[in-house]
Amino acid sequence: MPIIDVKSEITGNVWKIVAQVGDVIEEEAPIMILESMKMEIPVTAPETGTLVEICVAEGSTCSEGAVVARLQV
Amino acid sequence: MIRKLLVANRGEIACRVIRSAQALGIETVAVFSEADAGALHVALAGQAVAIGPAAATESYLLADRVLAAAIETGADAIHPGYGFLAENATFAAAVEAAGLTWVGPTPQSIDDMGDKERARAIARAAGVPVLPGSERFAPGDAPADPAMLEAAAAAVGYPLLVKAAAGGGGIGMRRVDDASGVAAAVAATQALAARAFKDGSVYLERYVPRARHVEVQVFGFGDGRAVHLYERDCSIQRRFQKVVEESPAPGLSQATRLAMCEAATALAREQHYRGAGTVEFVVDADSGEFFFLEMNTRIQVEHPVTEMNTGADLVAMQLLLAGGGAVPIQAQQDVSARGHAVEVRVYAERPLKGFLPSTGTLATFEMPAAGDGLRIDAGVRAGDAISHWYDPMIAKVIAHGDTRDAAIDRLLAALAAVRIEGVETNLLFLQRTLDHPSFRAGEVFTGFIDVHKAVLLAK
Repeated sequence: MPIIDVKSEITGNVWKIVAQVGDVIEEEAPIMILESMKMEIPVTAPETGTLVEICVAEGSTCSEGAVVARLQV
Repeated sequence: MIRKLLVANRGEIACRVIRSAQALGIETVAVFSEADAGALHVALAGQAVAIGPAAATESYLLADRVLAAAIETGADAIHPGYGFLAENATFAAAVEAAGLTWVGPTPQSIDDMGDKERARAIARAAGVPVLPGSERFAPGDAPADPAMLEAAAAAVGYPLLVKAAAGGGGIGMRRVDDASGVAAAVAATQALAARAFKDGSVYLERYVPRARHVEVQVFGFGDGRAVHLYERDCSIQRRFQKVVEESPAPGLSQATRLAMCEAATALAREQHYRGAGTVEFVVDADSGEFFFLEMNTRIQVEHPVTEMNTGADLVAMQLLLAGGGAVPIQAQQDVSARGHAVEVRVYAERPLKGFLPSTGTLATFEMPAAGDGLRIDAGVRAGDAISHWYDPMIAKVIAHGDTRDAAIDRLLAALAAVRIEGVETNLLFLQRTLDHPSFRAGEVFTGFIDVHKAVLLAK
């Protein structure tokens, strides 16, 4: 069972983490919501898998391309 | 007369307010967050005060800190720009209570127009047509009695929008096409509104499918007199945010235009409105009927469109009125508009990636020279950082011409000369929109971008 990185496409603040480690996340379902330039932008699962790690905390800043979570697919 | 003005904003609007103030001989004070220490508005102002960390909630939105900065620097007036504290009646009242001049309408007007339901009632009283709408449903009311809710929805008519009473800028709106979706949409909007605005009340309002957004610039003198400075069409929008604005509104009959302008002025008179304001209408693109949407009690992002056509300086008018000076426009016959003006908003975003925001440092930022029917309102320079903390709008480009086509051509030529490197922008998307045959033909409506996205967003 490979583990894949979920990356942020933007630089922003981590506003809300909406999934927990151990959850099965459907493809395109949100894992967390970032806030950037007054917009809320979800980070979604690139494919269906089990969330094995969340790499950022609510309120922290993440940069474009940063790994924010890992999924076992 | 105002002697020293604190500008409680950042970016292009702070720069623009500072310039008009300086032209009137008023000293200026900027405020800035940690992220904006090197920003253009700070460089332009005579004095600048740090007010906190980058997050707007810890700096630009902190009323106490902004007011303290004004008192500390001996400013005798505050201009809020748009956004941030501009429509915060509590802040406006605090500024006046501290003995300073608030460059804006009375706290009462801000409060009345900020409450959408009260605004509609005042509009109705002024004889302004409003969209059929319902009473307000607080959380708990509506789900408890679905039959009452469905009856209210049927009276409004479908399709309808469920809107947050305290919302704005398109936040907290849901479309419902038939009775089956009403209860769920009301519950979901109430939950969102309670989180976002700390007030979960919602109301229902008729939705016009082929709608245009046309607004009227008004200016009130605070004594029951008011004038209009004609309308602006802002129908080209994406997710309820404006992208292109122009005046006159293409294809509207002269009778409709004047009826809207007169209705907006009546609303300003009814309130004894003070200063610059914008009355927004939804216009049915098919029938030409218009209905009051809301009133924005501040200077608007797209005010330069009006300034290009009328020659007025709306910010200078605000400052003169607030300071007790003579405003050059005193009556409707003092206002005349000539030609056509079109504005686009340049955003740091990636249109081909779902309009995701784009952050970075402006390695290159070159704009064509202003003048000769071209105006550039920018709040940044080469070398500035475009951060994730604030709005993605980096500049407004406005062109004027004798005709609509001439204005569009001038704007397209200007956009072709813009050089921005370091962030991605919507420039190509703007050029495609302006040059689209349907836009050229004046066939504007709020669904324009969605309907034409295959062309506007082609790779």
